[in-house]
Amino acid sequence: MIFAKPSSEKEAISLLNETSGMTRILSGGTDVLVQMKSGAIEPELIVDIKNIPGIKHIKAVSGGYEIGAAVSGSEFNNYPGLKDFTPGIAEAFDLIGSSQIQGRCTLAGNLCNASPAADTIPALSVSSCFAKIVGPNGFREDLVKNIPTAPGKNSLKKGEFIKSIIIPNRPDYSSDSYIRFTPRSEMDIAVVSAACFITLDKNQLIKDLKISLGAVASTVVHVDGLCDLVMDSKITDELLSKIAMICSSSCKPIDDKRGTIEFRSHVAGVLAKRAMILAHKRAGDKIEKIAR
Amino acid sequence: MKKLHVNVSVNKNELEFLCNPEDTLLDVLRNDLQLTGTKEGCSTGDCGACSVILDKKLVCSCLVLAAEVDGSEIDTIEGMADDNKLHPLQKKFLEHAALQCGICTPGILVAAKALLEKNLNPTEKEIRYWLAGNLCRCTGYDKIIRAVMDAASEMRNENGSNYS
Repeated sequence: MIFAKPSSEKEAISLLNETSGMTRILSGGTDVLVQMKSGAIEPELIVDIKNIPGIKHIKAVSGGYEIGAAVSGSEFNNYPGLKDFTPGIAEAFDLIGSSQIQGRCTLAGNLCNASPAADTIPALSVSSCFAKIVGPNGFREDLVKNIPTAPGKNSLKKGEFIKSIIIPNRPDYSSDSYIRFTPRSEMDIAVVSAACFITLDKNQLIKDLKISLGAVASTVVHVDGLCDLVMDSKITDELLSKIAMICSSSCKPIDDKRGTIEFRSHVAGVLAKRAMILAHKRAGDKIEKIAR
Repeated sequence: MKKLHVNVSVNKNELEFLCNPEDTLLDVLRNDLQLTGTKEGCSTGDCGACSVILDKKLVCSCLVLAAEVDGSEIDTIEGMADDNKLHPLQKKFLEHAALQCGICTPGILVAAKALLEKNLNPTEKEIRYWLAGNLCRCTGYDKIIRAVMDAASEMRNENGSNYS
């Protein structure tokens, strides 16, 4: 194995592109090192990207926030204003691992590792986040939801890596949420998870709704058609029940030791409902705050 | 295979070492630098026995490559006491008998110190959550939590701070 710590994007891309065998990007290493030690992967080249300028920075940009690929969970959650801006992504990121893992784990890593149960992928997806990707053919952007393609697989091409994630600005009365079901309250992996993004108008009528579900299919499930269903409605028990039903029936989970198909599908509906109530409350609070 | 040359500050001492690309920081601390206070538990980042402070952040040294830390500052359990004067956390762990076999203790002390450096008045719940990544199979955790709370209280008094 070769270890390289390039100090520019260009150098990193050519190293990755010129290696014929397996390559891996290292920033937090909380998945890569575990996989290497278990023998699941044997990379020929490890590229530590942390010396690339800007890769460790959080920046407020005109379109929202830019989160460098090597920004850790604890850095994200301690950055002033980010939790208020996107409570959903913040709570999803914060749920990953222990305090020790929080010192290292990254959004880009969680995304590229492409676990069906990844906490931040549903949360980033509902907020329409996208990745800035660099590679041998130049720069491109892609929505977070297009990046995981199967468990452990992503859509990045040879020589490419993510340099940052953009969390776009949102309309005034919008908020988000992320909740998951785990048998233990800490240090566990989601059996089912749900993220919700909602936009209201100042009369509490729903203008946008996105729900994504984790751990209920081989990749995150982005529930279709919710926007048409809820457009200009108020949140009611009847509406919530309908949404729970749609979410449950969108799941294609597996049976395993952590949950059965039936359990996962049912809980996905329950969590979707709860995530929506939470995001709705947060968005509603903004209406009051702005009115004051 | 060509070894990699790494410069690092460990417990405020400038050191250098040679390592293989796949060596972890934990391997180098224990096997090359003879700093065996940092323990190897699970080696997969679940148990926290190998906790160290890397550039002011609490991490599992089993999930850090040694080659990554060139130019970094590392604090380990060996740097916690001030010569022969124990850190208040170490003192309170003894007073409360917050250990039995002791394998998890260095990691817990390092993790607890990191918590108290950012919050000298944590609630019991905050301590329990913060230490969730440090597994102890002997004590049942209660004595550990009491010791951390007591140490925090003593450190607040020493600082003459306004905390109650």
